[in-house]
Amino acid sequence: MLIADHISYETGKRMLVKDVSFSIRPGEMLVILGANGAGKSTLLRMLSGERTPSKGSLTLHDKEVSHYSSPELALKRAVLNQQNIVNMAFMAQEIVMMGRYPHYQNNPSAKDREICEEVMKLTGTTHLAERSYLSLSGGEQQRVQLSRILVQIWDIPNALLLMDEPVSGLDLQYQQQTLAIAKALSKRGFMVISILHDINLAAQYADRILMLKNGRKWYDGTASEVLNTKNIYEVFEIDSDVFTNPKTLKPFFIPKNTTVNLSSLS
Amino acid sequence: MVIQKVSLYVLLTIALFLAAAFSLGLGAVKIPVIDVMIILAKKIGFFSGSSVSIQHEGVLNIVRLPRVVLGILVGAALGISGAAIQGIFRNPLAEPGLIGISAGASLMAVIVIVLEMALFVGLSNLLGYYLLAFGAFAGAGIAAMVVYQISRTDGKSNVATMLLAGIAINSLAGALTGLITYMADDQQLRNITFWMLGSLAGATWETVLAITPFVLLPVLILPHMGKALNAFALGETQANQLGLRINRIKRNVVILSTMAVGAAVAVSGIIGFVGLLVPHTIRLLVGVDNKYVLPASALMGALMLTLADMLCRTIIAPIELPIGVITALLGTPLFLYILIKDKKKLTL
Repeated sequence: MLIADHISYETGKRMLVKDVSFSIRPGEMLVILGANGAGKSTLLRMLSGERTPSKGSLTLHDKEVSHYSSPELALKRAVLNQQNIVNMAFMAQEIVMMGRYPHYQNNPSAKDREICEEVMKLTGTTHLAERSYLSLSGGEQQRVQLSRILVQIWDIPNALLLMDEPVSGLDLQYQQQTLAIAKALSKRGFMVISILHDINLAAQYADRILMLKNGRKWYDGTASEVLNTKNIYEVFEIDSDVFTNPKTLKPFFIPKNTTVNLSSLS
Repeated sequence: MVIQKVSLYVLLTIALFLAAAFSLGLGAVKIPVIDVMIILAKKIGFFSGSSVSIQHEGVLNIVRLPRVVLGILVGAALGISGAAIQGIFRNPLAEPGLIGISAGASLMAVIVIVLEMALFVGLSNLLGYYLLAFGAFAGAGIAAMVVYQISRTDGKSNVATMLLAGIAINSLAGALTGLITYMADDQQLRNITFWMLGSLAGATWETVLAITPFVLLPVLILPHMGKALNAFALGETQANQLGLRINRIKRNVVILSTMAVGAAVAVSGIIGFVGLLVPHTIRLLVGVDNKYVLPASALMGALMLTLADMLCRTIIAPIELPIGVITALLGTPLFLYILIKDKKKLTL
């Protein structure tokens, strides 16, 4: 279980995240929604250890996160970052195997190799295994990075999986597939927290949605509870219609046309 | 793949032995390779006959052998530290000479020469060389830290800034070296010129002894950091998320590789582009896994410097070319080639 208790993040004089509290249980998939600059990434970076909260506490499995060593955390938590820049021509399978680094000293075991193969099959990257990472397309690179994250915690019960915009840059098939994998893993006992921009994807996959605005938690609940015209207007400042998908009974969102008046600019 | 990698080690080792034996025979006094082998065997006690001339033995022991051994040490140091620095900076273009580390080392070495002559006239030779090695090491370390700190933004190192900072450090060190050159007397001037061009001509058993620990330590320890340096390629944040204590690793790698570069510069001056050329060739042969790239770069560096030294001694014999000229002549085209080939892929 991960508990964020009144955490804030302050840089210079600006509060990027203000007093956010929430918790997530094994088996849950939580999606964070919010406009640009709402503090989504900062919140996720605090959860991933990249930033330390200026106030409040983070508890993972009944222990303060700051009391874990980084090797310990690597065996409990994996993070898919938004930006992954690699300049060395590693093969895709070497990048994926790096996810197993916390698990072995010098040479990977048969189990490490098996997990890598299994995960690469799942993410559809097997055929890229011996290609140089630098020669892959953006979407392919992202799937390789996803594989690396997954092998890191594949065999760890109740692991925490954090993803910052995991589907940006992926085509429709892999958007669905990535989130379906995350969802399936949460059902297997993972705690999954993901930032998404697409409200419909969030409605489709999230067990719970956290809506942020101006660094604060604005709404927290299931898709049906929090996704409605009023809340979406408050958080994103757009007019929209929200229907119920007759097949899944989940909310389903269509933005209304926005008119831009250029005549005043001349 | 593993077999291919192991056979590369074997091939490089054999090539290094052959190149060294060949190099030992070449020079003003030619010694047949067979005689070289016999003298070497005698030296380690395998053989006690004396079918070789005493003159040959003397030349080999006093002149050639220290020079070849020094070439091997300096080459190994430059090769492995090039690979390690590229790992830390997460970029195949980082090179001790390019980012100012060699210039920092050389500046401190020059200062030590001038100061030593002024202040510690009575200093014994070996101690003098140690002082030189420490000075060069400090210079290399300071330059590396300055460039590294300047090039970091938000915990990531920015390569464009790194290269620009390297240019700045290079010209600052160059200016200060120039200032010292301006004040130096004839003897010091000759030493300084020697530093700027790079040469193994100063090799004696004393210089070999002086730098051995500073080279062996990095060559033995750095290969164990292959996994960590691989993870660094993902980014510092990502490496940290894989459980690495990134600050400790960074500090250790910078200390070890500047130690090697500092020692090399202290005895042989600036020998450019070995740190770039060698790891790049290795990566073409066996891929970019640092577990293999680091030790193979040490072997390949030793081999390359042995060959380069052989070239510079024989190309226009009896005049000797500075070895730094040879490596720069070979290295610069390769550097340009990487730039042109990868200009679309490299993210600065």
